[in-house]
Amino acid sequence: MEWEIVIGLEVHVQLATKSKLFSGAGTRFGAPPNTQACAVDLAMPGTLPVPNAEAFRYAAMFGLAMNAEIGRRSVFERKNYFYPDLPKGYQTTQLAEPIVGPGEIEIHLEDNSSRKVRLHHAHLEEDAGKSLHEAVFESGQGMSGIDLNRAGTPLIEIVSEPDMRSAAEAVAYLKKIHSIVTYLGISDGDMSQGSMRCDANVSVRLKGEKELGTRTELKNINSFRFVDKAIKVEAERQIDILEDGGSIVQETRLYDSDKNETRSMRSKEVANDYRYFPCPDLLPVELDENYIETLRSDMPELPDAKAARFREQYRLSAYDADQLTQELATAEFFETVAKQSGEPKLAANWMTGELAALLNREEISIEQSPVSAEHLAGLIARLKDGTISSKIAKQVFEAIADGEGDADTVIEKRGLKQVSDTGAIEKMVDEVIANSAKQVENYRNADESKRPKMMGYFVGQIMKASKGQANPQVINRILKEKLDALL
Amino acid sequence: MHQLTIAEIIRGLRNREFSSVEITRQLLDRIEQRDGNYNSFITVTAEQALQQAGAADRRLAEGDAPALCGVPIAHKDIFCTSGVRTSCGSKMLDNFVPPYDAAVVENLQKAGAVSLGKTNMDEFAMGSSNETSYYGPVKNPWDTDRVSGGSSGGSAAAVAAQLVPGATATDTGGSIRQPAALTNTTGLKPTYGRVSRWGMVAFASSLDQAGPIARNAGDCAHLLSAMAGPDRRDSTNLQRDAGDFTADLNRSIEGLKIGVPKEYFGEGLNADTAARVQDALKEYEKLGAELVEISLPHTDLAVPAYYVIAPAEASANLSRFDGVRYGHRCENPADLRDLYMRSRGEGFGEEVKRRILVGTYALSAGYYDAYYNKAQQVRRLIKRDFVQAFEKVDVIMGPTAPSPAFGIGAKVADPVAMYLEDIYTIATNLAGLPGMSLPCGTVNNLPVGLQIIGNYLDEARILNVAHQYQQATDWHKASAA
Repeated sequence: MEWEIVIGLEVHVQLATKSKLFSGAGTRFGAPPNTQACAVDLAMPGTLPVPNAEAFRYAAMFGLAMNAEIGRRSVFERKNYFYPDLPKGYQTTQLAEPIVGPGEIEIHLEDNSSRKVRLHHAHLEEDAGKSLHEAVFESGQGMSGIDLNRAGTPLIEIVSEPDMRSAAEAVAYLKKIHSIVTYLGISDGDMSQGSMRCDANVSVRLKGEKELGTRTELKNINSFRFVDKAIKVEAERQIDILEDGGSIVQETRLYDSDKNETRSMRSKEVANDYRYFPCPDLLPVELDENYIETLRSDMPELPDAKAARFREQYRLSAYDADQLTQELATAEFFETVAKQSGEPKLAANWMTGELAALLNREEISIEQSPVSAEHLAGLIARLKDGTISSKIAKQVFEAIADGEGDADTVIEKRGLKQVSDTGAIEKMVDEVIANSAKQVENYRNADESKRPKMMGYFVGQIMKASKGQANPQVINRILKEKLDALL
Repeated sequence: MHQLTIAEIIRGLRNREFSSVEITRQLLDRIEQRDGNYNSFITVTAEQALQQAGAADRRLAEGDAPALCGVPIAHKDIFCTSGVRTSCGSKMLDNFVPPYDAAVVENLQKAGAVSLGKTNMDEFAMGSSNETSYYGPVKNPWDTDRVSGGSSGGSAAAVAAQLVPGATATDTGGSIRQPAALTNTTGLKPTYGRVSRWGMVAFASSLDQAGPIARNAGDCAHLLSAMAGPDRRDSTNLQRDAGDFTADLNRSIEGLKIGVPKEYFGEGLNADTAARVQDALKEYEKLGAELVEISLPHTDLAVPAYYVIAPAEASANLSRFDGVRYGHRCENPADLRDLYMRSRGEGFGEEVKRRILVGTYALSAGYYDAYYNKAQQVRRLIKRDFVQAFEKVDVIMGPTAPSPAFGIGAKVADPVAMYLEDIYTIATNLAGLPGMSLPCGTVNNLPVGLQIIGNYLDEARILNVAHQYQQATDWHKASAA
């Protein structure tokens, strides 16, 4: 039996506004507990919410980036439930009239194919606080603490249609959302700090089947890698059950990254009745045409447009252009290197090759890269003007990464300058020929067509003698002259 | 001195006939001597009041006195007062001392008013008799065996008993006008959004509106001029400058068109009450007004719609009282569920629980359309009734309450009978219109209120219309004390 996985994602993105969605309190991450919570965030009696215009602007920008309809009128509703880190006893969110309506984006996969994913809607809502269950108080075993710093922080919840068919597609979609929000500057998109959080609705069905299977909701899978793994392991679980003749229970499941498994989060799956109703403290917000048009004209260049420009302006392959535009910081890094070195193709190769490998190995972002764009441009310049060979360049790159300074400093200090001096190379060629009587004999007796290949041995010996610094083109020219003279 | 109106006090203070400290001290003494009979105050802030009065006297002496400088008032205990317990009439907030002032409190402070304390009220403003207060019922100064009306019964009784010349109050379905009617005081519920709700403990956010209770329309105008105004902290505020509501009081009402809705004189209205209201309408004819019979066809749906919408909003508004951050917390909770259940079970009274249950039910899946949505449709129809009426008339008049004050305990066992107390007042809240109640006579020595409903933002006009009646009649001067 061939199974098809069907995935829809709900992504929460924390907006990087200075203050909260409905209060003037700050939103900085990592402040001491309850230092960024005012009377409104604490839901003190008589306090009232005032919508943050910046949050609306950010959400509308996101909508434009998703090619979505912008809700001309958006309405906040109360979602009622009790929880200690939800001070009002309801979350102010949007339901029937969200700020961003249906839209569509294109995702790019590793095999160079693309696919459209439809956006169901995106809405503005406030975040809850945090309950801290461990070691909150020195005394007081079993006590829980409440930190309301995060309570009221603006979020957009981005709900896709169930349009993804593999974990890889889900990851590509999530990365696309990440690109868009960071390009727009509306969120730092940092999954490790919870600025971007993902829930996945996963179901499976036999290929060709029209109806969707029963889905489960995977909660809080908070890295790209875990999204990939969680979806895979959940799909396998569902397939195993169905192949054994069982059926899937619609439920919320938690991904355990240590055990790489999902498990049921709620023992009894009673449907929660949140009793949504329009929040009477907030009037519907109307965005007029002018406002949206102004936003549209102020939109920055987005990943797809940038990739297209990179292909055009720098003659990059589609794959390279996609790779280099996924993160704004990477794209900016690339443009600096390309412009300073004048070698966009080499810049792209180095960035998708050595630099990507380095960042991967060190598990750091491009902003933290020990090799700066200026460093890389300098290195490429030396490569281009023949000061170093591409082999030496790799060595120089590693040295820069180790903090030895820029390319010129490393080349100078380590004496890596390529030797193009004919006299010195001629000497080395003579020595190698003198010490390789057997190989010279073979060369002379060999068929004309096989000789170029046989030169490799001599070149290797000479490079070894020069510690890799001899200019290969010069070696080739002199060697050929000398060997041919012996024929 | 306790008989003085706010206008007279303003004059007396400026003419140095007496000081703010003198009148404040006298009223504080009077509260101490007499309020045991009425239970109109929950908290008296004597020390703070004398300090404020002293400061007011200094400003008066320096010639730097704002409009209400040195005038003693009281606040309904629904308005948050920085450093002073704000109970909202509930055990839930018996220990709650807010670190901030309500906008109304700030505004009156800016105007120089001196606050004597916090007045009693139905718990969370839910009630029409002040019997749901955790602090016991307010007794009507006209007959202490009878209710003062509610929910602003404390403010109304304190004014009627001449413990204070004016007080703040709130009105969600009649909570200013009905107690004013039952205590022979004058009360005004402004247009929804006229007065900021910031710092006012919410009952039903789309209906709640603060206003004054005083001894006459002129004094209400003085208080409203200070209370109203723009406030960015309240998104539903109309962001209108208050202006001076006393400016138009003396305008002639010659040619005024008064709409008299036939639905306000039907079954359920006490015959003697009806007679007093008819007398008042005749008085208006004498003043040159014209009576026009009108119809507000959806009047009978106002109470049912209100008792869906108000509890629905309240059920969410009161969720924050969970024993976690402030207010009542049960002792030794076993777990979170126990903390919630016992804190709320112990902290809320019967009527509050009833409305939370009703509201929760009305919003539940499967019932939402039948109740909440239907009620919102009715609300729009009621609003349309008024909009159409105001195309033909300038103001609308009728009774405020169906009968004079009833006995304490008489309607406690019958919530629906209690809810019908607000049958003539609720529709204006649903429509967001301003409404007033003013004294128009008595039945067996119990006061009767005349209600005047105005068009949106037409407070100046209804104050003018009420003031002209009070220039021609003395009902508002009759005193229980």
